[in-house]
Amino acid sequence: MTEQQGMFGAAGTGDTSGYGGLVHTVVNPGSTERPYGGYFDQLADDLERAYPDFSDAIIKVVVDRGELTLHIKKERLLEVAQILRDKLLFEQCMGVSGVHYPDRKGAELVAVYPLLSMTKNQRIRLEVATSETDAHIPSLVEVWGGNNWHERETYDMFGIVFDGHPGLTRILMPDDWDGHPQRKDYPLGGIAVEYKGATTPAPSNRRSYK
Amino acid sequence: MSEKSTTFDPYASSRETTEGTVYSVTGGDWDSLVSEIGEAKEERIVVNMGPQHPSTHGVLRLVLELEGETVTEVRPGIGYLHTGIEKNMEYRSWTQGTTFATRMDYLSPVFNETAYCLAVEKLLGITDQVPERASIIRVLMMELNRISSHMVALGTGALELGAMGPMFFAFRERELVLDAFEAITGLRMNMAYVRPGGVAQDLPEGMTVRLRELVTTLRKNFKDNERLLVGNTIWMKRTEGIGYLDLAGCTTLGITGPVLRSTGLPWDLRKMQPYCGYENYEFDVITADTCDVYGRFLIRMAELEQSLRIIEQAITKLDATHGQPVMVADKKIAWPAQLALGADGLGNSLAHIREIMGTSMESLIHHFKLVTEGFRVPAGQVYAAVESPRGELAAHIVSDGGTRPYRAHFREPSFNNLQSTSAMSEGGMISDIIGAVASIDPVMGGVDR
Repeated sequence: MTEQQGMFGAAGTGDTSGYGGLVHTVVNPGSTERPYGGYFDQLADDLERAYPDFSDAIIKVVVDRGELTLHIKKERLLEVAQILRDKLLFEQCMGVSGVHYPDRKGAELVAVYPLLSMTKNQRIRLEVATSETDAHIPSLVEVWGGNNWHERETYDMFGIVFDGHPGLTRILMPDDWDGHPQRKDYPLGGIAVEYKGATTPAPSNRRSYK
Repeated sequence: MSEKSTTFDPYASSRETTEGTVYSVTGGDWDSLVSEIGEAKEERIVVNMGPQHPSTHGVLRLVLELEGETVTEVRPGIGYLHTGIEKNMEYRSWTQGTTFATRMDYLSPVFNETAYCLAVEKLLGITDQVPERASIIRVLMMELNRISSHMVALGTGALELGAMGPMFFAFRERELVLDAFEAITGLRMNMAYVRPGGVAQDLPEGMTVRLRELVTTLRKNFKDNERLLVGNTIWMKRTEGIGYLDLAGCTTLGITGPVLRSTGLPWDLRKMQPYCGYENYEFDVITADTCDVYGRFLIRMAELEQSLRIIEQAITKLDATHGQPVMVADKKIAWPAQLALGADGLGNSLAHIREIMGTSMESLIHHFKLVTEGFRVPAGQVYAAVESPRGELAAHIVSDGGTRPYRAHFREPSFNNLQSTSAMSEGGMISDIIGAVASIDPVMGGVDR
C-alpha cells in the first residue's frame, strides 16, 4: 500500500539510532480466493444466485481477520445493497465510515459500510472507493434509513457527496466550515502555547505529530 | 358602519362626514377576530429547544415545529460537543488511543476502551492470547459500568419528567460504583484502564471482598427506585405509549440496545456474538413488548439485576484466577510500565523503574521504544462491536502498518439512535419529547465525539 521510511515522525536529524535508514514495505490484505471459510462461502453463493451481475459489480472479495469485505463498483452499490437487504436479510447497516488514502490515485476516498443480519447473526462489510476529483457515491438512505446521519458525518469529515441523500449538510462541524477535517491533508491544527517565556509549538507542528 | 370606506379595517371602522373621515375604535369585535383565526389554515411556531436546555441530556438542540402543543416536526441539531477524537487518535500511538476513546461517551468509558482494544487486538491477531483474567476484569468493569450508566439514564430520565426522588437514589448507587472504579483504576471516569493486550493493572488486594459487599448493597438499594417507579401511576401516565418505535422502525434506523429490545427482539451482542468470554456467564436478555418509554425503563431496571449476576460470576472467576497475568505475554506489545500504589497515590512502580533503569540496558531501550514510538500493527481493517448500555458500540479501525491508527471510527449507538427522536416524537405532545429522548439515553460526548 505505502512505504514508510525511518523512525516515527522523525526526519532529518531526528535519527540518533542508525535505524533511520530502514525501509518498511506495507502490504494490505489482497483479494481472497475461495474457500473463504465460515459462513462466507454460503453467503457468497447466495449473493451470486440472487444477483446475477455479481462478477461485474464486485471488484474483489477480501477475507481478512475473520471478516468479509466486498469491494463494490460505486455505480452498482445501490443494487447490491438492495439485494443484500431484501434477499440476504442484512436488515441493518451499522453506518458509514470514511477513509482517505491519498496515495491510491483515482480511488482516494473510501466509504465502508458494516452490515448486520440479525436474522442470520452474520456480518459483512461493503467498501466503495471514489476519486477525490469526483467524490460522489450513491446514498443508501432509501435502503437503510439509519444511514442518514452517518452519511452526513462522512460528508462533513471527508467531503464524499452521497447522491440522493435527502438533506446532505454538515452535521458535526459548523455549517460554514471550510474543508473536511478528517482528510489526511487537513492538519490536526492547534495553537502554540507560551509558558514562562518558552513556546511549545502547536500540535501539528511538533515533530512527533508530523 | 360606513359603506363608503374602500378598505375594511376590523379594528377601526370609519365613516365619511362633512368634517372628514371619522373613525370609531370600538373594540369588542372579538367574534370576527376569533372566527378569522379559526379559518386560518395553520398556526405554526418553530421553537428552539436547547442546546442549553436542562432536560435535553447535554448540548442537544432540538428544532421543533409545533401546532399548539402538538409536535409536527423535530430536527435534532448536534455537533456542539465535537472534539475531533477520531482525528486526534491518528496522531497518537495505539496504546494512547485508549485515553481518547474513553472520553467519547463519558458515561460508559469502559465500553469505549474495550471496543477499541478488541479492534486493535483483532488487527494484531492476538485476540486468543489475551489472558483469561484480563477478560474477566474487562467483563467485571463493563458490567459495573453498565450499572452506573443505567443509573444516570434512569435518574436523569425521571428528573426530566418531574420526578426528583429517583435521581437521588440513582446517583447514590452510581457513586458506589464510581468508588469501586477509583479503587481499581485510580480514576472515577475516563480511566483508560483497558489497554490493547489486557488491562493496565491487576485488581488491588482484597478487591473481590469489597466487590461482593458492593453487589449486596446495590441489590438492596435498587429496590428503592423499583418501589418508587415500577407501577407508579404518575410515572406510567408519563411513559406508557410514549416514544413509540416498533421493530420495523428500529431495524431501518439501525437502532440497537434497550430501544430495540423494547420491541421484543432479544438482540444482545453479549449473547449473539460473545466477546471477552461472555459465553461463559449466565444471564438473561431482558425484553419488553410495548415499544415505548415505559418498556425501555423496565428493561434498564431489569438489566441492573442481570449485571449484578454477571459481576457475581466474574468475582468467583477472579478468585479462581488470582495471581494470573492481566496483560499479553508478548513484550513487544504489553505496555512496559507497572503501576503501584505509593504514599502519594497511584504511580509508576518504583521497583519496576529500578529494574529497568538499573539492571538491564536492553529493558531500558525496550521501554523507551515502546513508550515513545509504540508497537506496529499489521496493515488492514477490522470492526469490533460490544453491547454498550446504549446499543452496539463498535470501532472500525484501519492500520497502515504503522505505530498509529491510520483511521479510527466509532459507530456510536447514541449518535445512531438519536436519529429516531423524530420518529418517536412527531405527532405527539411537546412534553413527551423529553420522555422519548430520555429513553434513547443519548450521551452527547458519544454523539459528537
